[in-house]
Amino acid sequence: MKILHNFLTMGGYAAYVWPAYAVTLLILMGNTIGALRNNRKILKKLKQQLLVEKRQ
Amino acid sequence: MYAFLYKLASPKKFYQMAGQLIPWCSGLAILLIGYGLLGALVLSPADYQQGDAYRIIYIHVPSAFLSMFIYLMMAFCALLSLVWRIKLADVVLTASASIGAWFTFLALITGSIWGKPMWGTWWIWDARLTSELILGFLYLGVIALKSAIPNREQKDKASAILVLVGSINIPIIHYSVYWWNTLHQGATISRFAKPAIAPSMLYPLLSMIAGFLVYYVIVMLIKARTEVLYRERRSTWVKELFK
Repeated sequence: MKILHNFLTMGGYAAYVWPAYAVTLLILMGNTIGALRNNRKILKKLKQQLLVEKRQ
Repeated sequence: MYAFLYKLASPKKFYQMAGQLIPWCSGLAILLIGYGLLGALVLSPADYQQGDAYRIIYIHVPSAFLSMFIYLMMAFCALLSLVWRIKLADVVLTASASIGAWFTFLALITGSIWGKPMWGTWWIWDARLTSELILGFLYLGVIALKSAIPNREQKDKASAILVLVGSINIPIIHYSVYWWNTLHQGATISRFAKPAIAPSMLYPLLSMIAGFLVYYVIVMLIKARTEVLYRERRSTWVKELFK
């Protein structure tokens, strides 16, 4: 219980430690998701372009 | 060795190898950051001066390290691009710029959150902070330059030159805590001296740095693959991907 208490309160610095970790997590996740989404987007676009070219 | 590097420099080979490397790197990053976080937030003791607030170091130092490492990586790519005209170097440079900018932002914001309880201020025009802010502007400059020039060759050349000129800032950031004696504390880990930190704090920190480094490699490879596909969209190997 003491460990959990220490973990959550961060010795009174919870208001600083947790937002710092949250912002880091948010940005790292956002970067990954953005990169994956762009990758999927271009794959889709190239596929469509190729289909158009084939039809012509 | 040269044959391997030559192969890697071909966009098609790079695209394939990057695709195989990403899952392995992801597993490694999860392990490193997982152990790092456990050590950072649970196992390591509180600092005798800074209490638990010091735990921000486990994300602040890796972010700051990466912000400089990525810039050095880009400077290396700029050199490869300008001197040896290696096309892939421009791809890696382009893919790295926004990740570097985000790590610079993270270093500044986590430092700011750490500074408030320890220094009593969110921001001060300290040499380390100011030079890191300039690094952020350099990243933004590279990104802006890339989007402002439509011609790809000119775009690559201009941004490579900007990156090289801006690399003067990296030693300034590194030595700022020694050259100007201001608020920011000195180095925690140095190659030449015994680290100024206990092992129970050091290993999670090193693990976080390694984890962030592998994270950068993963996202950079994903972005580089996207960029390679776009740049090579008219080549036969890309067209064959969709058959």
